[in-house]
Amino acid sequence: MEDKILITEKLYAYYGEHCVLKDVNLEIPKFKITAIMGPSGCGKTTLLRCFNRLHELSPGGRIEGQIWLGKTNLLSLNPIMVRRKIGMVFQRPNPFPTMSIYDNVIAGYKLNGIKIKREEADQIVETSLKKAALWNEVKDFLHRKGTFLSGGQQQRLCIARALAMHPEALLLDEPTSALDPKSTAHIEELIIELKDSVTIVIVTHNIGQAGRVADYTAFLYLGELVEFGPTERLFTAPKDKRTEEYLSGKFG
Amino acid sequence: MKDIKTDRRDIFFHKVLALASWVVVCLVLGILITLILSSLPIFKAAGLGFLFHKVWDPVNHRFGAMPFLAGTLLTSFLALVFSLPFSLAIALFLGEYFYQGAIASFFQSATELLAGIPSVIYGLWGIFVLVPLVRKLEMKLGILPYGVGIFTASLILSIMIIPYAASIAREVISLVPTELKEAAYGLGATRWEVIKHIIIPYARSGIFAGILLSLGRAIGETMAVTMVIGNNNQFPTSIFAPGNTMASVIANEFTEATSNIYLSALIGIALLLFLVTTVVNIIGRYIIKRLSVKK
Amino acid sequence: MKEIERNCKKRLFLNWFVQALVFVITGLSLVPLFFILFYLTKQGIGSVNWSFLTHLPRPVGESGGGVLNAIIGTLIIASLSTIMAIPIGVTAGIYLAEKKTGKLVHLLRLSTDILQSTPSIVLGVIAYLWIVKPAQSFSAFSGSVALAMMMLPTIVSSTEETLKLIPYTLKEASLALGVPYYRTVLKVILPSGISGILTGTLLGIARIAGETAPLLFTAFGSPYLNFNLFKPMNALPLVIFNYASSPYLEWWRQAWGASFILIVMVLCFNLLAKWGASKWKIKF
Ligand SMILES: Nc1ncnc2c1ncn2[C@@H]1O[C@H](COP(=O)(O)OP(=O)(O)OP(=O)(O)O)[C@@H](O)[C@H]1O
Ligand SMILES: [Mg+2]
Repeated sequence: MEDKILITEKLYAYYGEHCVLKDVNLEIPKFKITAIMGPSGCGKTTLLRCFNRLHELSPGGRIEGQIWLGKTNLLSLNPIMVRRKIGMVFQRPNPFPTMSIYDNVIAGYKLNGIKIKREEADQIVETSLKKAALWNEVKDFLHRKGTFLSGGQQQRLCIARALAMHPEALLLDEPTSALDPKSTAHIEELIIELKDSVTIVIVTHNIGQAGRVADYTAFLYLGELVEFGPTERLFTAPKDKRTEEYLSGKFG
Repeated sequence: MKDIKTDRRDIFFHKVLALASWVVVCLVLGILITLILSSLPIFKAAGLGFLFHKVWDPVNHRFGAMPFLAGTLLTSFLALVFSLPFSLAIALFLGEYFYQGAIASFFQSATELLAGIPSVIYGLWGIFVLVPLVRKLEMKLGILPYGVGIFTASLILSIMIIPYAASIAREVISLVPTELKEAAYGLGATRWEVIKHIIIPYARSGIFAGILLSLGRAIGETMAVTMVIGNNNQFPTSIFAPGNTMASVIANEFTEATSNIYLSALIGIALLLFLVTTVVNIIGRYIIKRLSVKK
Repeated sequence: MKEIERNCKKRLFLNWFVQALVFVITGLSLVPLFFILFYLTKQGIGSVNWSFLTHLPRPVGESGGGVLNAIIGTLIIASLSTIMAIPIGVTAGIYLAEKKTGKLVHLLRLSTDILQSTPSIVLGVIAYLWIVKPAQSFSAFSGSVALAMMMLPTIVSSTEETLKLIPYTLKEASLALGVPYYRTVLKVILPSGISGILTGTLLGIARIAGETAPLLFTAFGSPYLNFNLFKPMNALPLVIFNYASSPYLEWWRQAWGASFILIVMVLCFNLLAKWGASKWKIKF
C-alpha cells in the first residue's frame, strides 16, 4: 500500500447549524492526484477548506471528527502552520493586485515576514515559475503587475505562488472553470507533471478532466462520501447507483 | 512558539481596531456630555423657560433662546422653499434626462464645485453682491432697506444647499427600479407621465428624507449666514428684518461672553443646535437606508 | 379617433413643456455659481500678486501687506488635523469593513453619522471647552482638533466603502498562504484600498481647509507669522471673515484676494483627489 498523506475520520463540517459534510472517511494517497467530484453544493469546496483549515474562518464554520496530516493530528496544529504546509488554488485566479509577478510568487514569504536573501528569492521565483510552466512567458517582465496577465497565466501564477512555499499538498478548487479550453489543457498538463513532487487534490465538475488527470476519484453526494477508488475502476465499474447516475449525467 | 506569538498579535490587532472605534464613539458621547454639563448653569437659572423666552439681553442677564430658534427656523424653511424647485429640476435632469454623457458630467462637476466653495466665501459674496441687490429690492417694496436680514440669509442658504439636496434627490431617483420605468414606457407613457406616476410616487419618502437632510444642513450652516443676517437679537418681526440664528449668535458672541452664565447660555444654544441637527439627520438617513434596502 | 389624437397632442405638449421647464430651471441654478466665480476672479485676481503672497498683514491705514501667515497657518492647521484624523479614522473604518455586524459596529455607524451632521460651529465650541479654556489660550492645536473631528467621519466612511469593495478572494488567497489575519489586513487589504482611502482623505482636507466656524474661538487668528502650535494662528478663512466685516476698503480688497487663494487651494485638493482616484486605481 502507498503512503497516505491526508486522512479524515468521521469528519463532520457545519455552517452554523447546517451540516454540510457527514461522516466523511477519506484517505488521500501521497504523490498522487485525487479528484473530488459531485453535484453542485455537495460540499466539495468545504472539504478542501477543512484540509487547510480555512473552513473555520467562515462565519459559523465548525469541524468535528479527525483529520490527519501524515502522522500528526492536523486539527491540533496551529492553523497558520497548516496553511503554510498545504497550498490552495482557488476557482477564480486571485493574484495580489498591488504586487508584481515576482512579489506574487514569493508572497508567502513576504507576507509572513520570513526573511530570505535576494539570491534565494530569485531562485525560488525561477523554480516556482518553471514548475508552474509560466517562466518562459513572464521572465522578461517579472516586475510588472500580476493582474496584467491573461486569466490562464494568472491561474498558473497562483499555482506558482502556492508551490513557492514547498507545500506537502496542493488543493485545487475547480482551477480551470474560469478558463478557456487552451489554458485548461495547459494547466492539466502542469498538474500531471507536478505529481512527482507534491500531492494534489483537485475539485472538478468536469468528468473528462478527472479521467485525464486523476489517479483516484472521490464522489461526494449531499455531504456524504459515496464512493472512493482508482479513477479507472470508479468510472468503468461504479459500485454505487448514485455514482453511476452522476457519471451518466443524470444530475449535477 | 512562533504560533503563540501570531495568535497574540491577532488578538492585539483586534483590540486596536476596537479601541479606535471606541474612541470615535466616546468622542461623540463626550461632545454630548460636555455640552450638557456646560449648559447646566443656564438651565438651572432659567429652567426650560430659557428655550421660550423672547428676550436676549446679556447686559441685564436675561437669556431667552426664542429669537434664535425662530431665526433658524425661518431662514432654513425659506431656504428650502427657494431651493426646492431648483434641486428637483437638477435631480430630474441628472437622474432621468441626462444620466450620462458630457452634459451630465458638466453639470455634475458644476454642482460639485458649488458644493465645494467654502461658506465664508459665500458670505463675502453675499455682503458685497447680494446685500446691495436686496437693498434695492427693499427700496422698491418700500420697506426699511437694511439689505442684510433673514431674507438675504435664506437666499444665500438656498444657493448653498442646492447641490447637496440635488445629489440626494438624484441618488433617490436612481433607486427607482428600471423595470418599473420601462414597463410604463412600454405602455406608451411620455417621460413626464413616467416622472409623475412612477418616479415621484416611488421616490416620495426619499425626497422627503432629502428635504430633511438639507434642512439639517441649513440649520447648522454658520458663516455665510452670520455675515449677512444682520446680527440682531430681537425676535424677528418680518422676513426682511435683521435677525440671528442659533449658529450665528454663537459665532458672534462666544468670544465676548464675559460671565459664566452668558457662556453657559451660548453653550445651551449649541446643545440645542446639536440635538436638532442630529435628530433631523438621523431620521433622514434612516428613511434613505430603508429605501436602499428595499431595492 | 380625433379625441385620442387631440389627447395625444396634449400629452406630448405637456411632456415637452415639463422638459423645457426642467432644463431652464437647471440652467438657472448655475447662474449663482457663475456669478460667484465671476466676482471671485474679477475681484480676486486684481488683489493677488507676489507681495500679497509673501508679506505679513500691515496695520490699518497702511496699504500693501499680504496674507503669508494665513496661508502658512491654513496649511499647518489642515496638516495637523489630517495627521490626527487619519490613524483613528482608518482604523475605525477597517473595523467597520471587517466586522460588518455587532453592537460596536452599530454604535460606531451611529457615531460617525452624528459627527458627520454636527454643525461645525458646535465642534468649535467643543474644542474651546476641551482645550482653549483649560489652557487659557487660543491655539492652532485646538483649531486642528476641531477640524480633525470634522474630518473623521469622511475618513471612516471612505475607508469602509473602499475596503468593502475589495474581493473576498484576495483575503482568502493570503490566508491560504498561512498569513496571519493581522498581516493579511495590513499587507494585502489595506494596500489594495489605499487609493480610495487617499481620495477620501483629500476630499476631507478640501472640506476642512475652507472651514471658518470651528476656528473662530480656537485658532482665533493673529497678525503675526507664528509656528508655535500652542499660540493663536492665522488662517485664510479667518482673514476673509475678519476683513470682510471690517469697515476698510483696503481690507475688503484683501478679503477677495484671500478668497481667491483659498478657492484655488480647495480646488487643487479636489482635483488632486479626482486625479488620484483614477491614477492610483488598482485593477483586481
Ligand atoms: N459561507 C457559507 N455559509 C453558509 N453555508 C454555506 C457557506 N458556503 C457554503 N455553504 C453551504 O454549504 C454547502 C456546500 O457548499 P460547498 O461550497 O462546499 O459546495 P460545492 O460542492 O463546492 O459546490 P460547487 O460545485 O457549486 O462549488 C452548500 O449547501 C452551501 O449552501
Ligand atoms: Mg465549490
